[in-house]
Amino acid sequence: MTLTGELDTGTEVPAGERVIDVRDLRMRYGTTDVLAGVSFTARRGEVLALLGPNGAGKTTTIEILEGFRMRSAGEVRVLGADPASAGEHWRARVGVVLQSWRDHGKWRVRELLKHLGTYYAAYSTPEISRPWPVDDLLDAVGLTAHAGQRVMRLSGGQRRRLDVAIGIVGRPELLFLDEPTTGFDPAARREFHDLVHRLTDVDDTTILLTTHDLDEAEKLADRIVILAGGRIIADGSADELSRQVAGQTEIRWTRDGQRFIHSAADATAFVRQLFLQYGEDIGDLEVRRDNLEDTYMKLVFDAEGGAR
Amino acid sequence: MMTVLRTGFARGGIELRQTLTTFADLWTYLFPAAILIGTVFFMRDAHVPGTSFSLGASTLPGVFGMGLAFGGLVTVAQLLVVEREDGTLLRAKAAPNGMGGYLVGKAVVVGGMTAISLALQLVPGLFLVDGLHVSLSGWLNLLWLVPLAFVATMPIGAVIGSTFENPRNLGLVMLPVFGLVAISGIFYPITGMPGWLQAVGQVFPIYWLGLGMRSVFLPDSLAVVELTHSWRHLETFGVLAVWAVLGLSLAPWFLRQMARRESGSAVAARRERAMATVGR
Repeated sequence: MTLTGELDTGTEVPAGERVIDVRDLRMRYGTTDVLAGVSFTARRGEVLALLGPNGAGKTTTIEILEGFRMRSAGEVRVLGADPASAGEHWRARVGVVLQSWRDHGKWRVRELLKHLGTYYAAYSTPEISRPWPVDDLLDAVGLTAHAGQRVMRLSGGQRRRLDVAIGIVGRPELLFLDEPTTGFDPAARREFHDLVHRLTDVDDTTILLTTHDLDEAEKLADRIVILAGGRIIADGSADELSRQVAGQTEIRWTRDGQRFIHSAADATAFVRQLFLQYGEDIGDLEVRRDNLEDTYMKLVFDAEGGAR
Repeated sequence: MMTVLRTGFARGGIELRQTLTTFADLWTYLFPAAILIGTVFFMRDAHVPGTSFSLGASTLPGVFGMGLAFGGLVTVAQLLVVEREDGTLLRAKAAPNGMGGYLVGKAVVVGGMTAISLALQLVPGLFLVDGLHVSLSGWLNLLWLVPLAFVATMPIGAVIGSTFENPRNLGLVMLPVFGLVAISGIFYPITGMPGWLQAVGQVFPIYWLGLGMRSVFLPDSLAVVELTHSWRHLETFGVLAVWAVLGLSLAPWFLRQMARRESGSAVAARRERAMATVGR
């Protein structure tokens, strides 16, 4: 099955609404092609998840779009400009959440956010007032209680929240999140997801995120792009992808105290048949369609198998 | 441009204040000052050969000059390498005008730290050691010498800092600098060196900064122990100006090259390497 061929005609976003527009992006180190012709778009307010195995080119792609890395070939437009040559005004409209380590350790949380915010003040517009007021921002990421603390005294989870706060202090129109919830506990992850929803719902922020957490991608992303071996092997909503793969649906039930499990391509027909045959005897019925993880595993397996 | 200067000065001010409220930083201010003043204090009875002038008093101004050179060359290089590794620079790159603000901030914080260290050595020195004095012309000389010292050394420090990837290789920079100090007439008079070493010493800014500071704090009669028996202000200005022009013309290119390479994965790679080294 070739998904790649259909992609060019698949999800067409009108040119004017494209916040990200990547055409035939290529990246080559020496004789290795890390990206071998990647094309995708993102529309305003959309959350796009970039998935793929390690070494698939996710980070390279996101760093090219951030303007932190030069590309070998292809056309890239981000917020209407080429990130390789865009200026400071463009930079002010883009947010990048970086993985912190021990930078700014002596700074206090509020002090750092306030200072970094001042870089954006010159780029405030009537529509978007920049920067994000510090107290609101601290509240939004749940760091109000730690505002006076030195950055080096924060826990890992608190630091990641500070990373997010620094990424959005300039009220970006487009936000890049490279594996944002690595090291989060479940509660922090939930809070982070709420924050992402808030950014897209209230501020209409476009978000491009990479993650290995497929559950997270399914929850957050409007659209999912899967990279493998430097190519895009799938592009669509989680639902569309699972339909493309024509996965099996798992059906579980009990009859006469016994458990049964069956996989079927057409679950509806199977269940209808099941009731016709046994009627009232059927209990504890569960019907579970392939989730994103199943779809992802199949797609990546096919892509890597095809390449070998 | 104004934004860059404003944010840069704000950044430098905050970081300078942090050095005054962090124990480790206070230690790096006080420890060298204490050692230096202690040494000079115990040398107070020795005299410059052929004069009745205190040897300690004649050494101290040269050490101030060395402090200026160290601040501009070594501290700037160190901060750039360390803060590149830990991701501070990448954060700056991710903000509009962030790199400009970062660099102005570094100049301010290094200038401020050097000035604080200098004051901590100078003030007790003036009380403990006889013979140091500053005339009006001395203060005026200080007014061009100190800013010129920073402009002559900081860009060179930035060039060094942009070419080293690994903070653990910084020793490679420190070694030649210590070598230069040894032949620059800071602790031992340059007149006692062989001619070719005198020539080498006079190429670099450390000798001239030491000489300049001696001219400010020592009586003019002591100029006789210097090369050509003079403070050579014109030559001092000339050599430092050449270094300033050289540094200012090289630094932007080096800094741009360095900044271009910064990305999340570059910082992550350095983090991995640092973790691997520490773990061993």
